[in-house]
Amino acid sequence: MAAARALINVPPKARRGEVIGIKSLISHEMETGFRPNATGQLIPRNIIKEFVCTYNGVEVFRAEFFPAVSANPFVSFTTRATESGTITMTWTGDNGFHASESVAITVE
Amino acid sequence: MTELLTTAVTRRRFLIGAGGAVMVMAAPSARAQFVAEGEARSAAMRAAIKAIVGENSLPQGRIKIELPPLVENGNAVPLSIAVESPMTDADHVKAIHVFTEKNPQPNVAVFQLGPRAGTADIQTRMRLADTQLVVAVAEMSDGSFWRDEVEVVVTLAACLEES
Repeated sequence: MAAARALINVPPKARRGEVIGIKSLISHEMETGFRPNATGQLIPRNIIKEFVCTYNGVEVFRAEFFPAVSANPFVSFTTRATESGTITMTWTGDNGFHASESVAITVE
Repeated sequence: MTELLTTAVTRRRFLIGAGGAVMVMAAPSARAQFVAEGEARSAAMRAAIKAIVGENSLPQGRIKIELPPLVENGNAVPLSIAVESPMTDADHVKAIHVFTEKNPQPNVAVFQLGPRAGTADIQTRMRLADTQLVVAVAEMSDGSFWRDEVEVVVTLAACLEES
């Protein structure tokens, strides 16, 4: 599986207890499984099914995707800055798709 | 001359009459099929919502879904959802479910969040296969469910074109 390009946006610094915005974007075709190809046969489904965000190993947000999510899935959500550490996002999907991206956050 | 005119009128009348007859014959079955498909799909959406909500009531309120009212390209439609909630351990949003009426599959996405989210405020992008209703359902920690829905007009549909 070719490495997917993932972009995540997390503020590098936050005050303790502050609600921070997190944005994530990953390159993926999100083939629906409902489209015919040139010979009229359906192109098999190939989507990201699950997106998980953990904060120092604790799950804080999870999304389940269906084919109606656009290509290159974008999700924006919030979390409370509790402590300094690492925020990790993981995407898993059809055909063994797996991608992960981490970013450090400093909480003062 | 008179003869020509008569012929022309007759021919025109014939064409109008024949065209009308074809329309009368074709229109009801095509329309019935379209309506039947539409009803089957919105029934699929109701079934998908019922699978989440069960027998609980599903009043409108607390959750707000926003989409552009007129969409030029159904392949990537910005969608934003916000739920009014203090997001505390005792009272928070557990999950947000998004459904569509006329896409090939009624489910769009499920977002699971908890008190650590701070707010229930989510943005994403979705596909819309047709002009239709989009429904968001909020599942709260106290077991209640709330919904909001929006009608979206789509001029270029997603999912239909060949690759």
